Amino acid sequence: MVGVGGQGILLAAQIAARAALAHGHDVKTNEVHGMAQRGGSVVAQIRFGDRVFSPLVPEGSAQVLASLERIEALRFASYLAPDGLAVVSSQAIIPVTVSSGQADYPADAEERLRAAFKRLVYVDAIGVAEKLCDSRVANVILLGAMSTALDLPRECWIEAVSQCVKPAYREINLRAFDEGAALALRA
Amino acid sequence: MSQLTATRALLSGNEAIARGAWEAGVTVATGYPGTPSTEILEAARAYKADIYCEWSPNEKVALEVAAGASLAGARAIVTMKHVGLNVAADPLMTLSYIGTVGGLVIVVADDPGMHSSQNEQDTRHYARFAKIPILEPSDSQEAMDFLALGLEISEQHSTPVILRSTTRVSHSSGAVALGERRAPPEIKGFQKNPQRFVPIPMNARPMRVRVEERMASLQAAVDSSTANRIEWGDRSLGIIAEGIAYQYVRELAPDASVLKVGWVWPFPDKRIREFARGVKRLLVVEELDDILEEHVRSLGIPCEGRRPGPWSHREAVPGIGELSPDRLAPVLGGDGGRPQPSSPAPASATLPARPPVLCPACPHRGIFYALGKFKVVVTGDIGCYALGVLPPLKRLDTILCMGAGVSMAHGMQVVESRRGAPAETEKPRDRIVGMVGDSTFFHSGITGLLDIVYNKGAAVIIVVDNRTTAMTGHQEHPGTGRTLMGEPTVSASVEEFGRACGMKNVATVDPYDLKATLETLRLALDSNQPWLIVSRSPCPLYTRKPVGPARRVNQELCRKCKLCLKLGCPAIEYINDEIRVNEILCGGCALCEKVCKDGAFGMAKGACDE
Repeated sequence: MVGVGGQGILLAAQIAARAALAHGHDVKTNEVHGMAQRGGSVVAQIRFGDRVFSPLVPEGSAQVLASLERIEALRFASYLAPDGLAVVSSQAIIPVTVSSGQADYPADAEERLRAAFKRLVYVDAIGVAEKLCDSRVANVILLGAMSTALDLPRECWIEAVSQCVKPAYREINLRAFDEGAALALRA
Repeated sequence: MSQLTATRALLSGNEAIARGAWEAGVTVATGYPGTPSTEILEAARAYKADIYCEWSPNEKVALEVAAGASLAGARAIVTMKHVGLNVAADPLMTLSYIGTVGGLVIVVADDPGMHSSQNEQDTRHYARFAKIPILEPSDSQEAMDFLALGLEISEQHSTPVILRSTTRVSHSSGAVALGERRAPPEIKGFQKNPQRFVPIPMNARPMRVRVEERMASLQAAVDSSTANRIEWGDRSLGIIAEGIAYQYVRELAPDASVLKVGWVWPFPDKRIREFARGVKRLLVVEELDDILEEHVRSLGIPCEGRRPGPWSHREAVPGIGELSPDRLAPVLGGDGGRPQPSSPAPASATLPARPPVLCPACPHRGIFYALGKFKVVVTGDIGCYALGVLPPLKRLDTILCMGAGVSMAHGMQVVESRRGAPAETEKPRDRIVGMVGDSTFFHSGITGLLDIVYNKGAAVIIVVDNRTTAMTGHQEHPGTGRTLMGEPTVSASVEEFGRACGMKNVATVDPYDLKATLETLRLALDSNQPWLIVSRSPCPLYTRKPVGPARRVNQELCRKCKLCLKLGCPAIEYINDEIRVNEILCGGCALCEKVCKDGAFGMAKGACDE
């Protein structure tokens, strides 16, 4: 799961890991903390199965690549397995390197995503989140979308969401999760 | 978020260390925040009914507090990042002589690959340097188990023990089996014994001998310890691995024989010899320095690793940066059966870099922008404001270590002042500004400030006070008015510290008030005296409140002069020749409104405001 610092990737990764654990898998995750979190590219990795050694996902082996920002999916594309699913929020966060004129933000990001990923769910997660009146749940919308490519029952996801968000936000996050799953199934 | 009642929980390495401390009867936990170690004490706070926890002002103090607790008979841990142990090295070296009473484990988290650090020093050297044992877990379960083991070794051998974690252990989560808290040994309080606890030379000399005797007993203990184990497999290749590298090795070479080293120093010589006898070829895989590998060679055992061995036809183990399965695959041969990356032409080609930046509405932005109006050299320090080095702000010129922002400014200003007034043909001299954060000021900036005033320096010191230890995730410090235990306490004043040092020129500015900030800076920089300027406004990520309403660009008024882009604010986006504010990111600090000459920035209204 990738994106830009501050987008809620670490929380989303926690939820995914707990969903796998709830289903009885061995789970390992890895996250980036500290300086890299300050608006930089952020990556969280989740691995589950009968027995997991390394917490790091080798390149070319991820079942799912979920990105909360459109070009961050391209940055980490090499991690996805050839038959893996990419779930990408269309949100664009312009890096300061672009605004200060040192680099260009790709205008053809969507075409590049379609070329890079055979299986792509490209969603306006922010738009959907704002319809739910909380742009912060974009991360859980992506979780819902990526859940369609993972063999984990919905109860495990619900349990994981309930463990990781405050009770007051449980309902809206569950709605966000279901919206995301529905979007992916329609795509 | 940890499920403390379940018997199996998903814990990060850091959470597991805290849990391990609680289960093993630790009663005192101290430390100073530093990535990747910070979450250990934050997690320990959950057990505050049983464990006294504190953020100390720095790592030296933290270790001394823990040492005091140990000498009073309590089990204690102290946590820090790798460079923090440099600060705590002074008490460490002599605590080794004095030894411990209650078990004492020094948890040090290294940062191979420098994800969030200024160097990637290898803490294992300190264990040998101080002649104390070091344990190295490779996952969360071991992090918890080794903490308890470290306390036992500490008490049996009367020595502090280092538990070395790394970024990939501390910040990886894994399933952990939870237990109950075991009652700590009876705490007897400090038992006076000057020959043991007072290392004046006549006492220190016998202590020095006892350290060597302890080495012998530790060697016997490590040779029989279950923290080191041989996993026999295919004997054509034997791999000695430790820490997170063990996990990578197991994944890439599931059939190989492996000697997993968990108690790293003193070296487990007996196990190493037994393992070497049982395999044809020997490879050592360790992150950072080749400490184990050199030792294996010194035993007269041929091996490969960082350097090639007699059979070597593979790539060497990288010694710079962190290891990973991807980096180790060529060392172990083949690709480990993994599929190759999907697209031959990398999709990541020509993407704009996305380095970390000061957050939207960060108060540091105001002071950096204001400093941009003057001819200054800025000696910086460790914290979020280190990001002021990047374009477009580019207002930070050096970083060395915690506190050096203050002291180095003094050294530079001494040189600049002694160069005298520039000749007419020369450019005017730079004024030297030292920049330090609030937590860093209390950590080790105070002595530098004292030095400036005492030795009649003239540097201008700016304390960027955002009321929290922000970079590591908002920890309390002596200025915040709250302890790690969550209790209200006194709030140390930066200004009063300055005055107590004898500093005459002390000013406080609000960094969002650009005009007043510029005026104060001009006053200070035009003088030839030392100044202490406190730039104070709380970190908006910490208060979790926007500074003001989000801004929006009125495109009819914007003439695209791009002055606002010099703020380096991630919420101000310039794309397709249009400047706009990303209202989701905007924190409403209004600095853009203040620098804009066209009045193009105004308040925005969101769709869900009602």
